[in-house]
Amino acid sequence: MSIEVRGLNKSFGDFVALSDVNVSLPTGQLTALLGPSGGGKSTLLRIIAGLDTADSGSVTIEGVEATHLPPQKRNVGFVFQHYAVFKHMTVAKNVAFGLEIRKRPKAEIAEKVDELLRLVHLSQFAHRLPAQLSGGQRQRMALARALAVEPSVLLLDEPFGALDAKVRKELRDWLRRLHDEVHVTTVFVTHDQEEALEVADEIVVINEGRVEQVGAPDTLYDEPANDFVMGFLGEITRLGDVLLRPHDIAVSTAAVPDALAGRVTRVLRVGFEVRVSVETPQGETLVVMTRTHARSLGLDVDAAVWLRPEPGATTVPAAGSSLVR
Amino acid sequence: MTSGPGLAGAERPAPPASPSSDGGRRRWRVRRSPRTTPRSTLTRGAGLGLGLAMTWFSLLVLLPLAAIVATAGENGVSRYLDVLRNDQTWAAVTLTVGQAALVTIVNVVVGTVIAWVLVRDAFPGKALLNVVIDIPFALPTIVAGLVLLSLYGPKSPLGVDWAFTRYAVFLALAFVTLPFVVRTVQPVLEELDADVEEAAASLGAGRATILRRIVLPALTPAITAGAALSFARAISEYGSLVLLSGNKPFATEVVSVRVLTFIENGNQASAAALASVMLAVALAVIVLLDVVQRRVARRG
Repeated sequence: MSIEVRGLNKSFGDFVALSDVNVSLPTGQLTALLGPSGGGKSTLLRIIAGLDTADSGSVTIEGVEATHLPPQKRNVGFVFQHYAVFKHMTVAKNVAFGLEIRKRPKAEIAEKVDELLRLVHLSQFAHRLPAQLSGGQRQRMALARALAVEPSVLLLDEPFGALDAKVRKELRDWLRRLHDEVHVTTVFVTHDQEEALEVADEIVVINEGRVEQVGAPDTLYDEPANDFVMGFLGEITRLGDVLLRPHDIAVSTAAVPDALAGRVTRVLRVGFEVRVSVETPQGETLVVMTRTHARSLGLDVDAAVWLRPEPGATTVPAAGSSLVR
Repeated sequence: MTSGPGLAGAERPAPPASPSSDGGRRRWRVRRSPRTTPRSTLTRGAGLGLGLAMTWFSLLVLLPLAAIVATAGENGVSRYLDVLRNDQTWAAVTLTVGQAALVTIVNVVVGTVIAWVLVRDAFPGKALLNVVIDIPFALPTIVAGLVLLSLYGPKSPLGVDWAFTRYAVFLALAFVTLPFVVRTVQPVLEELDADVEEAAASLGAGRATILRRIVLPALTPAITAGAALSFARAISEYGSLVLLSGNKPFATEVVSVRVLTFIENGNQASAAALASVMLAVALAVIVLLDVVQRRVARRG
């Protein structure tokens, strides 16, 4: 295990940011800390980096007890949401900073900076100032800067949070490819479940300071431990007394056994999918289907329909859940 | 991605040689690299604004300055040099410039530290201190002199009598210039992102290195601006010094007092000559500070 977090607690005044968090992050993997804003995931990342200190608990990095080590001695690379560039230094100088601190020979630094700038596709910008770069380029520079010191773990705090949707998607793919190339143990914080599902080898879902579930993206999606994880990783709706995904509901226009009868109240087309609201005796249910399917069923407002879960659909009991829409 | 400013310029045809008959000027134009930004971006409204600004600036600053220089040169260069060669005048100039420089250096250090404490630390009475800093600004300078006299004068409760000495000059200048560096550095320090320092720390930089390579370069423009203000105020100070320094020739007489003496004696030309020297000193210091700022900001 590359990072071991044991019994971590952290409060800011009355606010409990982390309560008894235990996580093991394996070497060489790309892990996402996923959860809603204010759930404690950034705090966990900052404690691993030594930028915040825990009230109690321990952090071990690569077998070294790091709980009380200052950030300078942890050998972690940290990438911030808002880039944290050194404004007065050129791109090359930014990347070289960590190596200069370590008093490496000049030739070695130049070579390493060159190599890293090529890796993040910024070679032609080496002598520009960060102010002359776009947001995506600045974040790539920040990544190169963090990688320059060959950290044992790379930590990214909402690295694409400040970028627009398109650049964000590009950088996400690029991070995945970069990780396959460099293989450094990487942990990144995100509140975007799509980002986590697409990029990560493993996802740690954190909510209200607690770890809700740890697992591979598919495991989390198919076998959520509870209604929170299910609700956070994708859309859910309520059908009778279970929660399930809106696309996991079979709709028929004639009565079938074990199905719940209802009446269509709204049909909304969003691009390739059709979202159908159905009023049942036990409340409203949302069904999502393809446009072709909706057309073949001939659904319209006020039509009578019968709903049941598709065979093999992931469901969790709805009792006591606050997540139903 | 490919069109840096240099490239874009190179693709453009060379500017046609000016048809001007002035040969020297023409050669100069041809040798210059092609211009990539237009010479002027003025629209009609902006042109009017610039005209207004220049008129106002001329009436208030340029014309009076030119008048001073003209008056100073009225009686020829030898007369001009005579004024400066006068021992008493020269003593006043060196005292003023020397003490102003000393006070500015002290302000740069102390002012930055005070700004740092006000921004980065939390302590009881911080809000009060923040307000008190401006008192030397707000006080009429003669009152400042009185205040200092009561603490450091002949009846000092501290038992130090610095009245009518060079210490008094230093004290008075330090008192009235204290807020400048604090007030210029403070907002910049507040805007400084904490994550930049955290990034440096996680890259292995210690406190001192972060301060020297990350924080100071970011603060340098503000510090030099504060230093320039502080120096300018110090060489022009009059009110607080009248009471405290005693205006003793060769000891505690500063330039502004010397200029007043010239004027009172009806010696306009000498006053103007001395004034023009201080003008040159002020210009030189502003240029010097600008050079220093560029150097430090680039160092990183």
